Order: sequence, then C-alpha cells, then structure tokens
Amino acid sequence: MALFGRRNYSTVKVKKRDIPAGMWLKCPACNEIMDTTILSQALWVCPKCSYHFQVTRDDRLAMLVEAGTFEEWDREFYSVDALGFTGVASYTAKLEENIQKTGCKDAVMCGRGRMGTHDVALAIMDFKFLGASMGSVVGEKITRLIERAIEQDLPVVICCASGGARMYEGLFSLMQMAKTSGALAKLHQRGLPYISLLTHPTMAGVMASYATLGDVILAEPGALIGFAGPRVIKETTQQDLPEGFQRSEFLLKHGLVDKVVPRKELRETIIQLLDFMMSDNSGTVRADSG
Amino acid sequence: MSSFALPFEKPIVEMENKLKELRTFSENQDIDVSLEIERMQKKIKETKADIYSNLTAWQKVQVARHPLRPYTRDYIKEIATGFIELHGDRIHRDDRAIIGGFASIGGRRVMVIGTQKGRDTKSNLECNFGCAHPEGYRKALRLMRMAAKFGIPIITLIDTPGAFPGIESEERHIAEAIAVNLREMFALPVPIIVTIIGEGGSGGALGIGVGDRVLILENAYYSVISPEGCAAILWKDRTYADKAAEALKLTSEDLLEQNLADQIVQEPPGGAHSDPKTMAETLKKALEENLEQLGKTPTDTLIEQRYAKFRGMGVFGEEQKEEIAPADTGNSSPREEDASREMDQAGRHSKDDNTGSPDSPAQKSSD
Repeated sequence: MALFGRRNYSTVKVKKRDIPAGMWLKCPACNEIMDTTILSQALWVCPKCSYHFQVTRDDRLAMLVEAGTFEEWDREFYSVDALGFTGVASYTAKLEENIQKTGCKDAVMCGRGRMGTHDVALAIMDFKFLGASMGSVVGEKITRLIERAIEQDLPVVICCASGGARMYEGLFSLMQMAKTSGALAKLHQRGLPYISLLTHPTMAGVMASYATLGDVILAEPGALIGFAGPRVIKETTQQDLPEGFQRSEFLLKHGLVDKVVPRKELRETIIQLLDFMMSDNSGTVRADSG
Repeated sequence: MSSFALPFEKPIVEMENKLKELRTFSENQDIDVSLEIERMQKKIKETKADIYSNLTAWQKVQVARHPLRPYTRDYIKEIATGFIELHGDRIHRDDRAIIGGFASIGGRRVMVIGTQKGRDTKSNLECNFGCAHPEGYRKALRLMRMAAKFGIPIITLIDTPGAFPGIESEERHIAEAIAVNLREMFALPVPIIVTIIGEGGSGGALGIGVGDRVLILENAYYSVISPEGCAAILWKDRTYADKAAEALKLTSEDLLEQNLADQIVQEPPGGAHSDPKTMAETLKKALEENLEQLGKTPTDTLIEQRYAKFRGMGVFGEEQKEEIAPADTGNSSPREEDASREMDQAGRHSKDDNTGSPDSPAQKSSD
C-alpha cells in the first residue's frame, strides 16, 4: 500500500519575470512558447497549430499592401466625449488611456494602397483600441473611405474586428451603423466591389452593418464572429452552445462566410478576387484612375 | 386606472383609489360629493402632470416598458383602417415579433411594419417579447420592397428590447439581416417614417429604423445598449441601470437635442398607457402631417436627403495635430494640443524615424 500511496508534490514557482516581456509568447491554443520575431515572420500564426494571433494595424497593413504605397486618409480624426459620459471612468480618460496604449487616435486606419495591380480603399480596424468599438470616428472614417472609393473608382477592402458599438457615445454610435450602410448602398449602385474580412473578434454593431455587407465575406480561421456575445446568448436562452459556435468555420458551414482564408493566403486571395471583380468580360482589368 | 403601477405612479394610484371610495360612498349613502370628486379629479390630473413632467431617464425607460403601454397592434387598430396583415419572410417562417401589412391612414395607403410585444405569457411567447429573429427583419424588407413597388409610403413602429440573442438567431445570421435592411432602406424610393413608440433597443430597433423622419414618443427611449447592459459592463452591476440610463442620453429630449430624432410626439399626462386613445390620435396627426410633407418631395431628393440626414450623425474632432509619440515624449494628452502642423509634414516626420516595413505615415504610431 505504501508503495502506491499518494505522493506529495511540491509546487515549483515559476518566476514570470525570467522571460523578457514581449520576446516570448505562449500560444493560447497549443501552449507552445515562441520567439516573437519568428512569430512575426510567420504573420503571427502559430507554426505548430496555426492559431491566428491578433495583429496590429501596422502588421496587417504590411501583410496586405505593397510597401511604400499606402497613403493614409483622415488620420487626424479623434473622438470627443459628446455626452459627457462618466461611468466608473470617464470616456475622456478611457480615450487617453487607449491613445497612450496604441499611439493611435482611434480604432480604425483608412487609406489607399496597392494590392497586386489594384489600388484599393483599405480600412484596418485595431482591436487594441477600446476593443475596436465603433463610435463616430470609426463610422465617419469608414463612410469617407467608401465615398472616396466611389469618387476615385476604387474597390473597398475592410479588415473588420470589433467588440461592437461604442456605448460611451450613446445613440451616435448606433447611427454609425446606418451611416456606413448608407454609404455602401451608394457603392453598391456604382458597381464597385467590396471585400469584407472578418478577423477575431467581429461582433455586434460592426457585424450588423458593414462587416456583413461585403460582396465577398472572408474570415480568418477560428475568429469569433457574431451579433450577440456567447455569454449573453447563454444567459438569455439557458442553452448549451453548439461546438464551434460563432467561429469562422461554423459561419462558413451556415452560409454567411464565403471563404475561410489562412493568413498567409490572405493577400493572394484578395488580389485574385479583385482581379476577377475588377475586370470586364474581355479579361481586361479595369484601369485605375487617379 | 391600472392593475400595474410603477413605483413613482403610487401617489396617483392612491388618489385614484380614494376617488373610487368616494364614489362608492356617495352612491351607497346617496350623498352628493360631486364637489369633492371634482376637486379630487383635478388633483389627480395635476399630480400626474407634475410627476410625468419630472421623470428621470430611468423612470422614462420604465414608462417605455410599462406593461399597459399601447403596442404596435394597438396603434394600428386606432390609427389605421383596413389593415391586411401579411406574413412570413418566404424563406424560413413567420416571425411574430415583427408584424406588417397594408393599411390606410387618413385615407392614404401605407405599408405599416412594427415590432410587437405581448400582453401575457401566451402572447409573449408567441412574439418572443418583441425580440425579432432574422426572419422578422427579412419579412420587413420583403414588405418594404413591395411597398416600393407600389409606391406606398412606409410607416415603421418600433418597440423592442433588441434583436433576439439566441443560437438560431445567430445560425440564420441576425447581424446580416439587420445590415441588409439598413443598406436597402437607404435606397427605397418611397417615404419612410420611423416612430419609436416604446423601447428603441439598439440594432434590433435600427433594423427597421432608417427613414426620412424619425419620430419618438415623449416617454419612449432609443439607445445603443439597454441601461442594464451598460451598467453591467461599466459598473459591473446591473443595479446601476439608473445611472447608466442618465449617462446614455437616451430620452426623447436628449435625442431631439442631438439631432438624432426629428420630432417628439407628446404623450398625454400620465403617459401613453393612461390614455391610449388620445395617444393614438396625437400619433395619427403627426404621421399624417409627415406623410403630407414627404408626399410632395421628389423621390431623388427624398433618397438624397435620407442619406444626408444619417450622414450627418456623429460627433468627432478633426483638427490637425502634432504627431503622437507615445511613451517617449511628455505629451500625455494629444487632445489638448492646439498645434496645427500640416499632416504630410507630420507624416514625413514619423517616416524618418521609421525603419523597415512599409513606409506609411501610420507606421510610427504603434510599435
């Protein structure tokens, strides 16, 4: 009995500080510990299990657009506390905190850049900035992006990520859903293509507006995509959520997403789609204007 | 008055009970107390007006959710004639949380569409407490497109806590259903008048909420998130809903001030539920006036103005500012800077410092 008795383990304390911050990262899916330089070269995709890490707007830009071709639009736009919103912390304080954290003024970067042979109107949402929630700045910049695309005859590509509408801006934030969708109605009429890319996570207000209005909707593998959050659904319905619920692959199966595209194929896939959508029946690619 | 009273309605209920007693007493004892009764009625009216003119945002939310408040079907009954309800989205099923059909208002043909709540358990289960599934929004779009085909103006009546957060709702893509409605409503070549009659619950409300005019009943509310939801996120406690309601600026007055609503439709003293008939008449008048005005507007202008209206919604700053350089400078608050350097200059400045990867002005900002 003594032979098979319970053995007493002693816990070993790992000093987290032994690993320099930012140099090593643990994959949340497979627990593999990786050098961030290698990870960055692999477009922030785990080499072992293909887990797709969230990327910064700059990394996203670098992986999609030809170097040196990006011209940013409306960079100077910043959010204001129109409602004088004070909860536990004020909106102004939240904004300051996020501006400091990201070095950006708000949650979306818009501009014109080259992908393959196409100049595109491109928007990249950055989840790091207040969960890429959509307030007036995001709504306005996306709307201007679409309006400029119409003016300059450009296809639109939006890399979506968002926790939803920015409640600190009250109903103003909800109305950004209408505003951006209205601009897309115009783009639609002009016959210009719009490719929407859903990245982890894309939820709520952004989902219920421009994210789901793409002519083609692409998604990165494993991204959480939906309208209501899983916890809210669980609490409301008291039901167990199905396996893989609200993930890219689930949405492909249920017919919302056109294609789940691994990050390293993303650029090529978008270019291939644009090649097709921007050419006429003779196969001539539509000339870029401006 | 009612079998249900909100906490702040208690003084009214007490007085009404007293009035009832007085009447019974008068009848039983055959004593003339008409003077007393008259005085009591006057006092009730004053108290009602007093209470209802000083409601807090949270109290208004409660009025908007009052179980006796008139719902879409009640208004259709009072306001419209010849309602022919049309069912189903032709894809999945008939969602009872959004109803719609042909009707006439003041002799004008309209397509009326609205979210519908229930009065009791049975009807609430049927219409899912006014929370629509994707098929509800798709039915609404089908009816709106039909209205456009026949050149019939569209009236939408909104009273919903929000679109339904459920598994099936997600499986059939509630977000996409709402988004498509938003886009398509901008292109419909007929007048659209939207009225928030009770709860304007976020995306679920907006899904039938794009129009040429947005009306809101005095005690209705329209918000990006429910006060409880907001409190749960920001205060980590749903009981702070009153504070959240205040902060969200969701009342009719707030929205008119912010140019997010065009017109407030006055409710009778004591709220819509205290006198549904008067409420319906007031709403009918408002709808008729707007139908009249919009009917004269050429279609192209209508669509242009509709876009311009929503295009203008939003508050933000766009001054040109110093490049933000986080951490390594003392600029803790770029918003306070009044510098107005040319943007391209700022961009170039950052590009100089930038090594590697594509040179965009944005490169500097986050590393």
